[in-house]
Amino acid sequence: MFRWILIAILTLGIAGTAVWGYQEHQEKNEILIQAENTYQRSFHELSYNIDLLHDKIGTSLAMNSNQKLSPQLVDIWRLSSEALSNVGQLPLGLLPFNKTEEFLSNIGDFTYRTAVRNLEDNPLSDEETKSLEDLYKQSGNIKDELRQVQHIALENNLRWMDVQLALANEDEQMDNTIIDGFKTVEKKVEGFAESNVDSSIIGTSSKEHQYKFLNGDKINEKEALVKGKKLFNVKNEDNITVTKSGEGADVSMYSISYRNGDKNAYMDMSVQGGHPITLLVDRPIKEKKLSLNEGLKKSEEYLKKFDFENMTIFQSNEYNNIGVYSFLYNEDGVRVYSDAMEVKVGLDNGDILGFTARNYFMNHTDRDIPEPKISKSEAEEAVNPNVDIQEDFLAVIDNDLGEEVLTYEFLGVLDNETYRIFVNAMDGKEEKVEKLDGKEINYAGNM
Amino acid sequence: MTYKKLFLLFIIIIFLFIGLQASNQPKPVSAFSEQVIQQGAVGDDVIELQARLQYLGFYNGKIDGVFGWGTYWGLRNYQYEFGLEIDGLAGQTTKQKLVDASNYDEKYVKEQIKQGRKFTHYGGVDNKKQSVPNKTGDAGGGEEAETTNTASVNVPQGYSQNDIQLLANAVYGEARGEPYVGQVAVAAVILNRIESPTFPNNASGVIFEPRAFTAVADGQIWLTPNETAKQAVLDAINGWDPTGNALYYFNPDTATSAWIWTRPQIKKIGKHIFCK
Repeated sequence: MFRWILIAILTLGIAGTAVWGYQEHQEKNEILIQAENTYQRSFHELSYNIDLLHDKIGTSLAMNSNQKLSPQLVDIWRLSSEALSNVGQLPLGLLPFNKTEEFLSNIGDFTYRTAVRNLEDNPLSDEETKSLEDLYKQSGNIKDELRQVQHIALENNLRWMDVQLALANEDEQMDNTIIDGFKTVEKKVEGFAESNVDSSIIGTSSKEHQYKFLNGDKINEKEALVKGKKLFNVKNEDNITVTKSGEGADVSMYSISYRNGDKNAYMDMSVQGGHPITLLVDRPIKEKKLSLNEGLKKSEEYLKKFDFENMTIFQSNEYNNIGVYSFLYNEDGVRVYSDAMEVKVGLDNGDILGFTARNYFMNHTDRDIPEPKISKSEAEEAVNPNVDIQEDFLAVIDNDLGEEVLTYEFLGVLDNETYRIFVNAMDGKEEKVEKLDGKEINYAGNM
Repeated sequence: MTYKKLFLLFIIIIFLFIGLQASNQPKPVSAFSEQVIQQGAVGDDVIELQARLQYLGFYNGKIDGVFGWGTYWGLRNYQYEFGLEIDGLAGQTTKQKLVDASNYDEKYVKEQIKQGRKFTHYGGVDNKKQSVPNKTGDAGGGEEAETTNTASVNVPQGYSQNDIQLLANAVYGEARGEPYVGQVAVAAVILNRIESPTFPNNASGVIFEPRAFTAVADGQIWLTPNETAKQAVLDAINGWDPTGNALYYFNPDTATSAWIWTRPQIKKIGKHIFCK
């Protein structure tokens, strides 16, 4: 009897221990993942910040006016300190990583000193411009190396926890790409409204004019279905569903989706007037038969079909046999950046794979664009004299305060980099300077 | 009158001349394919275009097969110098004139790109055929090595391939079972958060924000994403937002937080409800 009780107690004890052990194990794993995530976050933020830093330094080189330069330098200063704190959070304590940290604090010191002094009375000296150029080159090197390490880490699912273990064990044959990568970064250094400011400014919207341009009568679900069928280019209604948006939507719309085998399509259509706002078609893309230029013709025809008048091509790009085209509204030769739309064309058969006019419908309105008060050559004087201007336009953009302003837009080259510079057409103020990239080293092909 | 006759003869000669010119025009361009090459294009025609422009000294960037800004300016300057219409498009006339004015050593250029070497293709170089570099990559005969080798890829302005990869990881971990548009929607929410002042302002910050995404918390983010997820991310970056500017989404079957139900809902795509 007593023996049985003892066995029961012991069994319970063992089972309890097992459960407890399992829970501990689970918790440990969760905490490991969390720690890993923190490392990953710092690492990816670091590469992003350095990339942004590089672009910002580049942009500041192309700037001319000091009231634009000061905030830019402050921004670079802030970014450098953020990058520095990213480095600080990585488990690199056992690695000699002081050169990179030194570089970051150098940028910080330099930009802080120059940003706080009055650049109007005391502009950047030649020497200072020179050191800014040096910093630009160095940050470019570091950026490339870091992006390369990041690519390898993502490609091979490398874990920072493993790095930490490898460093702690001090194994001599440390075959760790991350560590090696950071050592390379370190070597290279021997020889600074962050919301993605360098992303394109198209489609930036001021909140006041939200969906002003949706004219026409309200349509009901049936009409939406009929229109949807036409847009999807399908005959029967079997595979189509229509739902109305909820209370959280900026503007009420119908979501129309189509599913049939390989081909899926989805569209948002405004209730007011039945305008297509976004359209996306998903199907396998075959071999490329059309050129990017022929795709452009298809997309232009498509826009004509919907009576979008005066849209001019702004940008085109080819990704995996798909052509993506951005259009800007053009009012008597003035490009309006906020009224943008995008079209996606399959370069296998020329079908439209996507269309989005959210920005257009949100921002478009009847504008009263004034005549420029200063001439083009007067505006050109506001541009950094080292920039070789190649092309110019008149454009309406949103300035830093979110107001629409008429500007001269200059496209120019400085040291093999292309910059887009906006100069206010009323008072000659330098409104915006952007460095244009759009292509990148193929890291996968570099290994 | 002899005047009239002379005049007639003159006219006839002119017509003949124009006829000759016209019949000469449509001669197909020998190497380029038929397409009109424009900015953003990729591929063999772009490689040839860059190589030929470099041969004439109009293009100093690397020959990588991606028609970016450098190629654009090179082409425009070329069109300017040769008295062509300056449109930055390589159409039939431009291509024909380029072919007439330059040489293109296709084998050499392709070889260099394949091997990932630094190389250039400037004109006025003797014995180019012989100077096809050996394995060390030194080019004799004036082939200076200055540009880097690897072909490039198109990326949306302001994004790196790695940013796209990281986003694709998150989208795949969160929404791999969803229809395509549901994946674009999840990517769009992440991008909307980057824009929003109440969230971190870069992709990594938003994705790894504690307790933001379940796929991050349980490690599913490290599954290898497929091409669909990457395509969805590209679409979202290029401006597609099927959610109508949503900042949150949740799966109503598994959501544990009562708070999320209080958000104003916009719509449902696949299994997810998107809200403000």
